[in-house]
Amino acid sequence: MRAPFVPHTEAEVAEMLTFLGLASLDELFATVPAAVRLAGGLSLPDHMSEADVTDRLFELGERNKPVGRSLVCFAGAGAYDHEVPAVVRSLASRSEFVTAYTPYQPEVSQGVLQAIFEYQTMVARLSGLEIANGSLYDGAASLMEGVNLAVAATGNSRVLLSAGVNPRWREVLATFSHGPGHEIVELPLVQGRTDFSAAAGEPAGAVVVGFPNFLGCLDDMAGARQLADATGARLVVCYDPVASGLLKSPGSLGADVAVGEGQPLGVALSFGGPYLGLFSCRSRDVRRLPGRLVGETLDSEGTLSYVTTLRAREQDIRREKASSNVCTNQTLMAVTAAIQLGWLGPAGLREVALGSARAARYAREALLGIEGVEAATEAATFREFALRLPVEAEVAIERLAEEGYLAGVSVREGYEGTDLEGTLLVATTERRTRQEIDGFAASLEKAVR
Amino acid sequence: MTSETETTPAAPGGRALSAPLMGHEAEPTLFDLSVSGRSAASFRTTELPAWSAEELLPAELLAGEAARLPEVSERDLVAHFTRLTHRQYSVDLGAYPLGSCTMKYNPKVCDEAASARHFAAVHPAAPASCTQGWLEVLVELEEMLCAITGMSAATLQPAAGAAGELTGLLLMRRYHEERGEERHRVIIPDSAHGTNPASVTLGGYEVTTVGTNERGGVDLEGLRAALDTDVAGIMLTNPNTLGLFEEDIVEIAAAVHEVGGLLYYDGANLNAILGVVRPGDMGFDIVHLNLHKTFATPHGGGGPGAGPVAVSERLVEYLPGPRPVRLPEGGFGWARPSRSIGRLHSWHGNALVLLRAWTYLRLHGADGLRQVAEIAVLNANWMKERLRESYDIAYDRTVMHECVLSAKSLDDETGLRALDVAKRLLELGFHSPTVYFPLIVKEALMIEPTETESPQTLAALAEALELIASEARAAGSSESARGAPRTTPVRRVDEARAARHLVATYDQRSG
Repeated sequence: MRAPFVPHTEAEVAEMLTFLGLASLDELFATVPAAVRLAGGLSLPDHMSEADVTDRLFELGERNKPVGRSLVCFAGAGAYDHEVPAVVRSLASRSEFVTAYTPYQPEVSQGVLQAIFEYQTMVARLSGLEIANGSLYDGAASLMEGVNLAVAATGNSRVLLSAGVNPRWREVLATFSHGPGHEIVELPLVQGRTDFSAAAGEPAGAVVVGFPNFLGCLDDMAGARQLADATGARLVVCYDPVASGLLKSPGSLGADVAVGEGQPLGVALSFGGPYLGLFSCRSRDVRRLPGRLVGETLDSEGTLSYVTTLRAREQDIRREKASSNVCTNQTLMAVTAAIQLGWLGPAGLREVALGSARAARYAREALLGIEGVEAATEAATFREFALRLPVEAEVAIERLAEEGYLAGVSVREGYEGTDLEGTLLVATTERRTRQEIDGFAASLEKAVR
Repeated sequence: MTSETETTPAAPGGRALSAPLMGHEAEPTLFDLSVSGRSAASFRTTELPAWSAEELLPAELLAGEAARLPEVSERDLVAHFTRLTHRQYSVDLGAYPLGSCTMKYNPKVCDEAASARHFAAVHPAAPASCTQGWLEVLVELEEMLCAITGMSAATLQPAAGAAGELTGLLLMRRYHEERGEERHRVIIPDSAHGTNPASVTLGGYEVTTVGTNERGGVDLEGLRAALDTDVAGIMLTNPNTLGLFEEDIVEIAAAVHEVGGLLYYDGANLNAILGVVRPGDMGFDIVHLNLHKTFATPHGGGGPGAGPVAVSERLVEYLPGPRPVRLPEGGFGWARPSRSIGRLHSWHGNALVLLRAWTYLRLHGADGLRQVAEIAVLNANWMKERLRESYDIAYDRTVMHECVLSAKSLDDETGLRALDVAKRLLELGFHSPTVYFPLIVKEALMIEPTETESPQTLAALAEALELIASEARAAGSSESARGAPRTTPVRRVDEARAARHLVATYDQRSG
């Protein structure tokens, strides 16, 4: 067997070994102690040709049900079936973007650097804050970094966290809080909206709220801001970038830090990744910003150029005192988001937001018309809503998948013991048609009967 | 080796001197190209009632005006981003010998796998009955990664190496907590990647740095002096960032285990040892892998990566969940380890990156991977020997997948620094090596050719590096590199200015 992408001929290998004064390739590994060297080969399946691997992938793929005409998507919970046009897929898969490394040599990396600069501008505008970084791993990672920024900026590790924040993100935050030792205090939901009065008057480092929240509800942002002011905390808002096509931005509602999941901006559902974490903040916190930041500069001839900047925050320079440990982020997804937003423009983003909200209204009315189906929350929602069904949500989801509908996401993790547990979270996008929603409602009616 | 003509030497496939980078004007931003009222987007016909925003949402929350985004035609959008790609170096264009980054060729079949609808259009919350193919891929990938590292189980959730490091440190913390022990320090060699100490801080530990001995390995005596029962563990890269195998690894492992600490393996340099030695056999308890390095998933200009973490038996129950598993009754599902540290990712990790790595591994098998390591190491040693007359060798012994050279003598003799070498190399048709890392080598030039560069490319790269040294020595100055790079889309950029006058968005531009 030859490794398929190694170009060396046997004669070339022999020539190189001779140049090195070695008799065999094994001699290259003489410094590896014999006691630990692997006897025999790795225990792996045999190598396959490209054609055979492709066949195998086809078989495996057939055991998945992608969303589309045969599985109409009403699932969201942070991953949405939005329109992604051919032009976005085509540009984002150009190999100069795909196969580049981190732009350490700016003179030959202006393409990626400028695309990130444009992305940063668009995210700053959508979030209504001055500064955005060049992306983080996903929404949960952005939340974790946002809380870390807030805690570092205030010197207070008490975190007031709304139960309306995506429960998987809350769990990620809890996982990573074990290290720095944040104290997380949960703010409960009442009818789908955060009860900000539940937090005692003690000082805090961060107030965290979702807008819209996990259940699709629109929280009382003035209340969130008041709590942040009263406790001396930074207000961290988890937002949906699509909502910025219609709703006020997090920044204009008082956010100090805005974090979000960027998947709705042109990224395929991808079984959950790679997505991208949106992160923006006010200028006063720029030196605590996690991850990469691209800035403008000039080259030696005075030509406008781009380069990664404020590098002194980063791990490779500040090491244990860095603002974050992030190195590799999700640049390609950030470039994708910039292309998608360029395709959408202001009118297109508004159309996505409005179309999603219209479909949500229509679907909500259609589904609430089914006997035994009730709204789980009363508050106004944007494009997602929770329903209480006569059967467990998981049962409905399995039955509906047989009928060609991905009915939604069951609300359970993070809501154990609340009246929301076991409800079905339904999401819509601008891609959902009247016919699809009518069909979904008819199938759900059968499934819960 | 000669070319097809049998009379002239074969040309180097990895030299990008012919790339037609056009003109020297700056590319306008998308905002500069915007014309009010122009648009590219179009959508499905839904036949839904045309409710207004005011009918759908509380009026006090509606934005007064639309989000400010550029307004361009699809044609201009394509032209803009295509021109940006012409201002960007990439593996597909030529050799990318960035040390520590393992910029090998990214197979196209892996990209094609990741773009297939049956993988790319699957919702992450779809029930397991709809995702059996995905779950099988993930379970098989975990099994292959465990076989390669000599570990018992792995989490695929970490999105990149640094996320893997933090995961590993949280696993370390949980392990000690479960044993009722409170430990405060983690040991890191002074040659380590910067992510290691940064992750240690985020993991709630303090960094203790140990030095490097004269052979480029961990200073064993210094390590022994630093070890006590306050040490939670050690983070090691092996081969280390000098490209050298830690010859004392068995003794290091024994000493750390002796005080009850754990060994963490930073997989950044795993490419060198595939099929030769496994971290588990060296005594490591926790291993992160960089799939975007070792298993050729494309780096995307700075991500996405994937940083799975594999662990030994005693840590399996602490792994993040939910994990994809084989079900006893057949098929695949999800399970949470009993004492899990909790979730690390919004969903299941960078799944399409994981799929690419699965594809790469199935194309290679055990023999293929062993050859990957052998040729990667052969290429790095060839470069080191070939450049011996032109540059200093930081630690002169057999290297693994990369070699660390130094421009120290060259700087002393001519004033030509590592940065000048990097910039001059750009105009000779190659991306530069990593410079000024590891920090313990002055004027470091860290070269990692990888196994996918041919002997012809290696020779051309070596010739270019030799030319840079010889022209400076002939002139007795750094004059030859002073204006470099001259052929690139922009000339040497002023990094200090960017930090001094921060302009990080179009809206911060003045005038």
